[in-house]
Amino acid sequence: MILWLSAFSAGLIFGLGLLLSGLANPAKVLGFLDLAGAWDPSLALVMVGAIAVGALAFALAKNRPRTALGATIELPKAVHLDKRLVLGSLTFGLGWGLAGFCPGPALVALGAGEAKAAVFVLAMAAGMWIFQLLESRRKPA
Amino acid sequence: MITIDWTTFTPWTALAGGLVIGVAAALLILLNGRVAGISGILAGILTRPNQTNGWRLAFIVGLLSAPFAWLLLAEIPEIRIDAEYPMLIVAGLLVGLGTRYGSGCTSGHGVCGISRLSPRSLVATLCFMTAGFVTVYVLRHLIGGV
Repeated sequence: MILWLSAFSAGLIFGLGLLLSGLANPAKVLGFLDLAGAWDPSLALVMVGAIAVGALAFALAKNRPRTALGATIELPKAVHLDKRLVLGSLTFGLGWGLAGFCPGPALVALGAGEAKAAVFVLAMAAGMWIFQLLESRRKPA
Repeated sequence: MITIDWTTFTPWTALAGGLVIGVAAALLILLNGRVAGISGILAGILTRPNQTNGWRLAFIVGLLSAPFAWLLLAEIPEIRIDAEYPMLIVAGLLVGLGTRYGSGCTSGHGVCGISRLSPRSLVATLCFMTAGFVTVYVLRHLIGGV
């Protein structure tokens, strides 16, 4: 199916971008997060580049119901700021700072055969399952 | 005072890599109509198994395949993971839980969310960036040696 191919291509290109940018290297990520040390500002430029292209794409997508391939365009609708968003993001940042991995780069490093990335990804998956478990108890289906 | 380490600063590959990431996010929203939020895509596969996950699986397989595609042209760039296994497990759990409670990570909030000027994503990005800066400060400059 064509939509699978486009999603595969997007993932592949995303991963190549992570490798090229240096974001797939936890040591470089930690160098960026280490403001008080010998600071490596490179990753700020990754964000600049990605957002420059992304802003164009999302501006194009905003007022369209469907894509050229016929898929419905689904943009997040939530607008409220709440404790879950803030505490969740702080927790994510804590984990990010501990190892230098966020989800995308961890998957790319796993693809590159890094055993440590595999362990990180398994733990991350476990964290996602724990969330799901806690949610299903909070709101019984 | 911030001291820039010019020996590790790689502005051109960082900017180019960022543009490539932007192109990938653009493809996913303009062809599949979906936001390239990697934590959300992965969580969809892991915790909500159903038939609409085909594109999610394809995206993740693409991401995992990137190093193989890279190898066709060049050697894989350095991937240095200094954290030890126990630390990686704790970090992974926190990233898994945090990205679910916060509804996104660096890609979904940091790239896509800021690209579409979502206030939630701006707040989320400020939160995880701040927490990341503080965590590394504590580990490297208060506790030291990690």
